[in-house]
Amino acid sequence: MPQPLRAPLVVEFPFTRSLGPVQSAFLTGLRERTVLGVRTADGRILVPPVEYDPVTADELRELAEVAATGTVTTWAWNPAPRRGQPLATPFAWVLVRLDGADTALLHALDAPGPGAVRTGLRVTVRWAAERTGSITDIACFEPYEGESDPYEGEPDPYERERVPYEHEHEPRPRTAGGHDGRFDDPVTGIVAPARLDYDYSPGRAQSRYLHALAERRTVGERCPSCRKVYVPPRGACPTCGVATAEQIEVGPRGTVTTYCVVNIKAKNLDIAVPYVYAHIALDGADLALHARIGGIPYDQVRMGLRVEPVWTASSRYPDHYRPSGEPDADYEVYKELL
Amino acid sequence: MAEEPVAVVGIGQTRHRAARRDVSLAGLVREAALRALADAELTWADIDAVVIGKAPDFFEGVMMPELYLADALGAVGKPMLRVHTAGSVGGSTALVAADLIAARVHTTVLTLAFEKQSESNAMWGLSLPVPFQQPLLAGAGGFFAPHIRAYMRRTGAPDTIGALVAYKDRRNALRNPYAHLHEHGITLAKVQESPMLWDPIRYSETCPSSDGACAMILADRAGAARAPRPAAWVHGGAMRSEPTLFAGKDFVSPRAGKDCAAAVYRQARITDPRREIDVVEMYVPFSWYEPMWLENLGFAAEGEGWKLTESGVTELDGDLPVNPSGGVLSANPIGASGMIRFAEAALQVRGQAGEHQIDGARRALGHAYGGGSQFFAMWLVGSEPPTT
Ligand SMILES: [Zn+2]
Repeated sequence: MPQPLRAPLVVEFPFTRSLGPVQSAFLTGLRERTVLGVRTADGRILVPPVEYDPVTADELRELAEVAATGTVTTWAWNPAPRRGQPLATPFAWVLVRLDGADTALLHALDAPGPGAVRTGLRVTVRWAAERTGSITDIACFEPYEGESDPYEGEPDPYERERVPYEHEHEPRPRTAGGHDGRFDDPVTGIVAPARLDYDYSPGRAQSRYLHALAERRTVGERCPSCRKVYVPPRGACPTCGVATAEQIEVGPRGTVTTYCVVNIKAKNLDIAVPYVYAHIALDGADLALHARIGGIPYDQVRMGLRVEPVWTASSRYPDHYRPSGEPDADYEVYKELL
Repeated sequence: MAEEPVAVVGIGQTRHRAARRDVSLAGLVREAALRALADAELTWADIDAVVIGKAPDFFEGVMMPELYLADALGAVGKPMLRVHTAGSVGGSTALVAADLIAARVHTTVLTLAFEKQSESNAMWGLSLPVPFQQPLLAGAGGFFAPHIRAYMRRTGAPDTIGALVAYKDRRNALRNPYAHLHEHGITLAKVQESPMLWDPIRYSETCPSSDGACAMILADRAGAARAPRPAAWVHGGAMRSEPTLFAGKDFVSPRAGKDCAAAVYRQARITDPRREIDVVEMYVPFSWYEPMWLENLGFAAEGEGWKLTESGVTELDGDLPVNPSGGVLSANPIGASGMIRFAEAALQVRGQAGEHQIDGARRALGHAYGGGSQFFAMWLVGSEPPTT
């Protein structure tokens, strides 16, 4: 038995996002080398900012500027960066609490090795040279030797999260300011490219079908229970839920059961409009497959038309079907296949 | 122990539009949720659980958006569920929420569905370049148009019926302030003269692509008693599914749709839907699906659905108005479209449908379907509580 086929499947699309007021201010701020958080009713400053309070569900709109320096609250070393990650060389994923903020931001830290990273490490933003209003306007973080930790003498920030609440009433050094988040020419939307890489296999049944197609034969499978012939085969009958194994050659001729006339050009298809897109029940098959009809003016195609495949050298599937010259099939013969 | 009766006590929708560039996904769902809370005169604290639905993640490219939307929907510290049944999802989402009340798991549930089609690419999301497979040659309209031709052949319906549906729904939408399309100069001739896209489907017989969200607050009997406005009561609800393609599938009138309707009528003790149901909000993305679903849902005998449309029975002033809101043909935020049908049915029996209110509507059917006619979800709501 031939091996199941395999091929890469890349799913890739540039999605657009409307940002809403808070993310618009945050990303426009990054473009202007300003990090903004949002202030909650109880005075906490959340960075990155969110539109709605995670605790109370209140709408949050009061923006506050925080420092570009901060402290690593936890981290993980990434020894083998993948495509699209912030740095091409090994780096640490870090959660950074910027000075003045109450929550931590996820980003990359450029460090020579895991030995150079620790919780409590002081870091600063490395701004990207070209900034467009995107999280990547922060190219990454880097270790910061400048001014001392404003929390020095306090417990490790990670531990500090666990101290009793009373402690939180002591005024904390903040660089948080009352930036109103208004900028000239704000960023209101971004494009977020998404890409997924799959290693795709159609499985054994479809692979058998595709191997037969290469010999210009159409081979389906018959269900042992309901006796229906599936083309293309799926290896199982969707109605009975049993495996199918019996190979049945069908066609090559068939009957147009129904169709539509396509008048609008689809983006990735190089087919002149109008053309006929038809459901064709190949002789011996119990459900119709879909294909284009050619070799006949589009407005003369009809239900019941008898057709045969037209192969081209380059194509895995018949390029289209054309009239076979036989008389039309009677409606009663194919109406159950509609 | 009998099920707890389920009441719809709050409904909120966004004004559906081609693009809502002023809000994020979170801002969009928040708008509908706040309007539903206001309608019910409740706050976030009154909500026990959130049940949310949308079309496939690929549409907007946000994986598991329900996680990110928990803050906007006040779901922190509460159960939050996501339902996923393609285009029917708005309906099945509402039914999952209703079941949580009926089973007395919760007393007050927020259910919401949305789509931001301006930031999505439904066509791309539905036609991935799968290796070894032939590309779908014709898009969504090309998928459904051959089935419409099959319906016409099977029933002998004149080819004028589709335009009548579109003309009616677009006129109805003029009375619905939330509808996306408000075509003030619409005429039957304009529909009939619009470009033929996928013959037999014309441009004006297709749904638009919309940004929008719809939310409902469902409550138990005690919640309904406290509600400031009349409740809609759920008398029946069901979901059915079947494969997209199988030998013997009836694309014109899928078995899953018939079975789903039959289950709803059985629960609601309806024996003659045509007489006992006052108004229908059904999922009609292409005009011809109105007569097709009229038969599938048991409002007309097989082959007779188009006659109801042709004779004006489904008009706003007919004796079985279909889609007084303007329907999917006038607003289609895909994931929300099913819930909008359910919510519009509830608005009718609450007497809250405004300009498109059907006088005296006591029982209304909300209907949704999705995928390749493979998922069905329906509910029947009434102005009076179910008798046990
Ligand atoms: Zn079988």
